[in-house]
Amino acid sequence: MKILVCISKTPDTTAKIAFTDNNTKFAEAGVQWIINPYDEWYALVKALELKEADASITLHLLHVGGTDSEPVIRKALALGGDEAIRVNAVPTDSYSVAAQIAAVAKDGGYDLIFTGKETIDYNNGVIGGMVAEMLDLPYIALATSFQLAGTTATVKREIEGGEETVEVQLPVVVSCQKGMAEARIPNMRGIMAARTKPLRVVEPVAAENYTEVAEFGLPPAKAGVKLVSPDNVEELVRLLHEEARVI
Amino acid sequence: MSVLIFIDLVDGQVKKAAHEALTYGAKLAAQMGTTAEGVVLGSEVSSDLGELGAHGVAKIHQVSGDGFKEGDAQVFAKVVADVAEATGADVVVFSNNTSGKAIAPRVAVRLKAGLVSGAVALPETDGSFLVRKNVFSGKAFAKVSVKTAKKVIALNVNSFTIENGDGKAEVVPFRAEVPTSKIKVIGSNKTTGKVSLTEAEVVVSAGRGMKGPENWGIVEDLATALDAALACSRPVADAHWRPHNEHVGQTGVAIAPNLYVAVGISGAIQHLAGVNRSKVIVVINKDPEAPFFKAADYGIVGDVFEVLPKFTEAVKKVKGVA
Ligand SMILES: Cc1cc2nc3c(=O)[nH]c(=O)nc-3n(C[C@H](O)[C@H](O)[C@H](O)COP(=O)(O)OP(=O)(O)OC[C@H]3O[C@@H](n4cnc5c(N)ncnc54)[C@H](O)[C@@H]3O)c2cc1C
Ligand SMILES: Nc1ncnc2c1ncn2[C@@H]1O[C@H](COP(=O)(O)O)[C@@H](O)[C@H]1O
Repeated sequence: MKILVCISKTPDTTAKIAFTDNNTKFAEAGVQWIINPYDEWYALVKALELKEADASITLHLLHVGGTDSEPVIRKALALGGDEAIRVNAVPTDSYSVAAQIAAVAKDGGYDLIFTGKETIDYNNGVIGGMVAEMLDLPYIALATSFQLAGTTATVKREIEGGEETVEVQLPVVVSCQKGMAEARIPNMRGIMAARTKPLRVVEPVAAENYTEVAEFGLPPAKAGVKLVSPDNVEELVRLLHEEARVI
Repeated sequence: MSVLIFIDLVDGQVKKAAHEALTYGAKLAAQMGTTAEGVVLGSEVSSDLGELGAHGVAKIHQVSGDGFKEGDAQVFAKVVADVAEATGADVVVFSNNTSGKAIAPRVAVRLKAGLVSGAVALPETDGSFLVRKNVFSGKAFAKVSVKTAKKVIALNVNSFTIENGDGKAEVVPFRAEVPTSKIKVIGSNKTTGKVSLTEAEVVVSAGRGMKGPENWGIVEDLATALDAALACSRPVADAHWRPHNEHVGQTGVAIAPNLYVAVGISGAIQHLAGVNRSKVIVVINKDPEAPFFKAADYGIVGDVFEVLPKFTEAVKKVKGVA
């Protein structure tokens, strides 16, 4: 059984959001990069749990990105996994990244492909679905729990107004979110081991870009808070009713 | 040439998110000088589909059959793409809700179409095709240029105002080959009756300042008075005080209600990232230095345990239910 976990990198959650080159590029100077939380806390940790339960499982991490991504890939390997693969292409468009992931997945014959729910920088949440379609596999989006018995997966997923449990045969693509697993902190042994784990670099397949960011911008700043005394809560409700018109 | 809108059904009903997508698609069609059509999958529909013409769609293609019961995105995507091809649609519009998130990426691949998910405004269509979406969890926006002939857009929930005219839509059957679902639903757990968090117009959210799960009664009272959905901060869900599907923020659910009331939440940057698109933010916190006040429209510096019951009473009075 082979599992592939798709890992992306994002700016740290407290990073200052600014743009350069006439507002066409994210200003990367001084930014700390982290593993996208959904990929780390939920997709990767769930895969590790599966491997811990069944030692015959092979677990590969996959990242599409340039050389500068390698520290983040090593961080992920410190949590666990047998080896990492980096497709040597700087991601610019969901479709082309999905095409790279699909190509690696096809070659490797994986039974289970995990992605995060979305990256917290571009907030797309589309790559898992694209990969599934490219590979003609079922796709369970927004999973909150995952169990495996043989080749049958039982997955809980978010639906409108609640959750639903579904059963599916492997191979399958699953996008992971909160509930799947509990976040872990890498230990010293993991960090040491990660240094010597294989990090395979593969060249990208030809893939078109379908979209491109033409311009970034920042939303207008808020006008400032109107404070109301705790002894006059009725005034707050009056403001919400008459001024803001939201009650 | 046309715009095709996927009409999502929730328990056989057309919900708010679908009405938003229909209004958006119809306006986009008008802007492009073409027509808007809808597609609905499944036979068990309790809403009147003809009425959806009020949003400006002329025709609705209905694919009947039982093949959609399992909610298999692979099946939905194949059929939606078939309808898009048969009707010559240039743009396919989804709501970016739980169904849209699963289906839209697959349809985009099938149609070789560029996809923008999380759109918040109508595209700019003179010459180029630029779609505005939120990025960096609402801390910024991007205009994404779609370079393909066909396009797919997934519209964020609560970011487009529903409009109604007096049109009627013609509902026509569409015959499609519906593949067998590869997934099987074996159980569900729905908070029926309650508004879903992402669609809610008012959200009441509480954090660690509540001290413990046993104190949520006053939060629920306010939510009931406001007809609001409940949310919470991450540590609250991590401590299992509240279910994880109520966790909002950068790593939880992102929401954009008209009114967001935050009580006993400090307003960490990761929390704000999921709620900063709310139209009006009210913060109740005993610490005047709490960062949340900087992002708020209205605030009370005070103790939640004193302020909340008064807040609930005042709301009931205004709503005339006390
Ligand atoms: C990578 C990453 C991702 C994260 N993602 C999220 C996310 O998605 N969502 C999220 O919420 N957090 C997220 N966090 C955590 C975030 O940084 C904060 O730790 C968290 O939001 C704090 O929750 P809180 O405001 O409930 O608790 P606290 O920070 O402990 O704040 C409690 C507040 O309650 C007030 N208070 C206490 N008692 C009273 C009282 N009696 N009356 C009135 N006010 C009172 C206090 O003044 C304080 O401001 C993330 C963190 C990281 C590192
Ligand atoms: N550059 C990348 N390399 C590997 N996996 C990625 C990359 N970008 C995104 N992913 C995966 O796809 C998921 C959804 O990403 P997105 O559709 O870009 O929001 C992420 O959570 C990752 O699991």
